[in-house]
Amino acid sequence: MNQSQADSRQLVDRIVELSRRPGPVQLMEVCGTHTVSLFRTGIKSLMPAGVRLLSGPGCPVCVTSQGYIDAACEVAGRPEVTICTYGDMIRVPGRSGSLEQYRGRGARVMVVYSARDAVKYATEHPDRQAIFLAVGFETTAPASAAAVMEADQRGLANFTILAGHKLVIPALAFLLSAGDVAIDGFLLPGHVSVVIGVEAYQPVAQQYHKACVVAGFEPMQMLNGIVCLLEQIAAGQARVDNVYAVAVRPQGNPTALRAIDEVFEPADTIWRAMGMIPKSGLALREKYRRFDALDRFGLVVGPDYDPPGCRCGQVIQGKLEPAACSLFATQCTPAQPVGPCMVSSEGTCAAWYKYGRARQQA
Amino acid sequence: MCLAVPGKVVEVRSGAGATGPIGVVDFQGTRMEVGLAFVPEAGAGDWVLVHAGFALNVLDEQEAMETWRYLKEANLVSDLPEEMGEARNNA
Repeated sequence: MNQSQADSRQLVDRIVELSRRPGPVQLMEVCGTHTVSLFRTGIKSLMPAGVRLLSGPGCPVCVTSQGYIDAACEVAGRPEVTICTYGDMIRVPGRSGSLEQYRGRGARVMVVYSARDAVKYATEHPDRQAIFLAVGFETTAPASAAAVMEADQRGLANFTILAGHKLVIPALAFLLSAGDVAIDGFLLPGHVSVVIGVEAYQPVAQQYHKACVVAGFEPMQMLNGIVCLLEQIAAGQARVDNVYAVAVRPQGNPTALRAIDEVFEPADTIWRAMGMIPKSGLALREKYRRFDALDRFGLVVGPDYDPPGCRCGQVIQGKLEPAACSLFATQCTPAQPVGPCMVSSEGTCAAWYKYGRARQQA
Repeated sequence: MCLAVPGKVVEVRSGAGATGPIGVVDFQGTRMEVGLAFVPEAGAGDWVLVHAGFALNVLDEQEAMETWRYLKEANLVSDLPEEMGEARNNA
């Protein structure tokens, strides 16, 4: 046994010890990458009976409403439009197919690694209308803000964004206020926290009295994070710990936050299944409104709805485990997904499909 | 979409506009241009944590190497060169 294995063993022993004290505990990991890493490293299966890990609304594609997907597909069908999007989005089924299927029918849909690439495309293709699908949490929002500022400085008349960014903290507050799921503590997303900082979570700890810890994605950090949460809970405390201090600072990245604030303002936004959550998204400020694809193309983001039989809406709120969905691994698979949680590699259903089923079958 | 990866800044170019300066960043052999607007302190030789084409943070080398080791072990970067490659071909 090497040092790292010995350390892990010690942390797992500590978790088992702590699990004997406060009774059953439910911890929610808020980030899709945590969900995948907890499975991948086997940590999920190491949890003692008294400690349950729930997946939360942490996969950007999964929380995006069907209305947004349909609006993106609708505008993709216009001959002058090129959709520029992160790869995860193109396979999410909309009312009349996914963006990938629209591409098969002749629509221009381009996968980009960065919002910068969308601006570059618009600059080099003045005859095309480039629409960037601006989705994701606070990790991708600074890139969208910089792209809009860049388009503004270049005076681009053929670049817009379909604003779909979501903010993490209002979603946590929504889940806690709804009270449908018992949550004792949160394993908070490492890379969102690089941007927003540790202090941003104080309201979750103080107003809702929930244990919080910011953790990275390495096994030791996740185990450490779980120990921190259980220790807080056992002691009846609720504070924000940070086991990822090498990357996450108390105030986050102020330069990135200023960029977001320059371009966007908090706005009421519709989430998949969770409905409208006040001030939980980002809308372009008046100064940058001309980069809004909704305005330029007269689009309307319609109401959210579930694809028939799909229960992704319950899954992202921690109300349902994927295996309890009747479509899971039968009609809905990574090769032929019905809902977004099976599409995205960060989706809870995709993680269960890849790692959880093997465990059940073993 | 929420996974950031560490890379080493090889070169800093003064970039025009909001996304500049631009860094040429080495991700274990794959080099890409990355916006440094949010880490104005970063220079050549620094390790940065990169997400969606922008550096979000400066890291120390040890942390960066540990993160890479873990990402590789966990197979979390398997899609990355492909994604970066596709994006680069498109761009």
